[in-house]
Amino acid sequence: MGHRTPLYDTHVALNAKMVDFGGWDMPLHYGSQLEEHHRVRQDAGMVDVSHMNVFDLKGKEARDFLRLLLANDVAKLETPGRALYSCMLNAQGGVIDDLIVYYLDDALFRVVANAATREKDLAWIRSTAEHYGGVQIVPRDDLAMIAVQGPNAKAKVYKALGDPLRAAEKLKPFHSMALGDLFIATTGYTGEDGFEIILPTTPVRDIWEALREADVAPIGLGARDTLRLEAGMNLYGQDMDDTTTPLESGLGWTVAFEPADRKFIGREVLEKQHRNGAPRQLVGLLLEGKGGVLRAHQKVHCDGLGDGEITSGGFAPTLNSSIALARLPAGVPLGAICEVEVRGKRLGARVVKYPFVRHGKSCLT
Amino acid sequence: MSNTPNTLKYTKSHEWVRREADGTLTVGITDHAQELLGDLVYVELPQAGAKLAAGKECAVVESVKAASDVYTPVSGEVIESNSTLGDTPETINKDPYGSGWMFKIRPSSPAEVEALLDAAAYSAQVASESH
Repeated sequence: MGHRTPLYDTHVALNAKMVDFGGWDMPLHYGSQLEEHHRVRQDAGMVDVSHMNVFDLKGKEARDFLRLLLANDVAKLETPGRALYSCMLNAQGGVIDDLIVYYLDDALFRVVANAATREKDLAWIRSTAEHYGGVQIVPRDDLAMIAVQGPNAKAKVYKALGDPLRAAEKLKPFHSMALGDLFIATTGYTGEDGFEIILPTTPVRDIWEALREADVAPIGLGARDTLRLEAGMNLYGQDMDDTTTPLESGLGWTVAFEPADRKFIGREVLEKQHRNGAPRQLVGLLLEGKGGVLRAHQKVHCDGLGDGEITSGGFAPTLNSSIALARLPAGVPLGAICEVEVRGKRLGARVVKYPFVRHGKSCLT
Repeated sequence: MSNTPNTLKYTKSHEWVRREADGTLTVGITDHAQELLGDLVYVELPQAGAKLAAGKECAVVESVKAASDVYTPVSGEVIESNSTLGDTPETINKDPYGSGWMFKIRPSSPAEVEALLDAAAYSAQVASESH
């Protein structure tokens, strides 16, 4: 038996297909992954993401500590409530994990990181924090988390949880605020509008039920994965890991080289790579025609430029075709046609810009 | 619970077989199989005229989750395949024993047809796999 979120019984009662997900018993789907995907793109759905690793960093030195710990710069967070996506790197510039950090006040930052990397992350952060005596690391296992996403998500949250929630209407993307027991953030992993709600475990079932009554569809981790892939968002452990840098993972935009005097872990390696060019790049692939489905670990041949590998692939329900993220040699240009090995055959796939889908619409030109 | 009609025959590898009046067989994948695979998004079918040996891979179904081979239940020649599945693979999820049929085959060995599982034997196998 794996770990269970406070909504485990709720998922089982909804006839979810439960699967092991990084040591957690989680819902893969509640009947049809495709229908759930479309619900989020067209209406509103909710995902139990209580398995995510939520922890708070407390103390006056928390900001300085995070400026060392993260490749992105929390100094960009000028007003309380703002959120930042960042990689946490090792000294070789490899990605230990990716996370979102919320600035709550000058002595309090909240971090949401991946579930499967929890122990590794906390060990790394604790050992790095040894030089920052004032920083306290507080895991928040007392909190659950629901992502409500889709074009109608916000309206349905107000309907389900009452008018006080309308205060969240003014939040711009990547902002957050506390409303009573609820911590509401305009972040997500789908490419749609919506909220991620962090809340105490006790009321989480009631909140889930209220959202259901407002016709927010339960969404499993299967659809969450196709939604994030269409949105061109990396999945830790697949599209990047301890051996790949953000610059090789399409995440150069999340590395803050300025100000030049900020020391952060991994900086030296990244600066060198930034100067000389990374040897590999993460690209989007679109399968030409039909013939199969692109999937992780399939080999990609780029004529004259070397070989690469798909890191995440699948069927994109919004596009009705197969797409992938692939790590290819540097120099393979946009528009190039590569060949992917799919069940013994070689299928053509075009290198395209990603995200593939934003706000329900194809970004492919 | 998945549906396993008594009127059909089955294989251990989750294909179903229906005997038609003209002696041909219609083949598809079972309700249990489509349930395990999840939403189907791609189907590759054998060509009419292909001569197939029992137990060999002859078709592919790909779901949102994974690719899976479909095996020839009995040796014979393919007469027709269900070309409508190319654009609507989800038909297999919705109607695995009806419009989700995959191909028709003219069997070459009556003994192989006799050896197929009946619904009770197939259900028992499914039950044993899920424990």
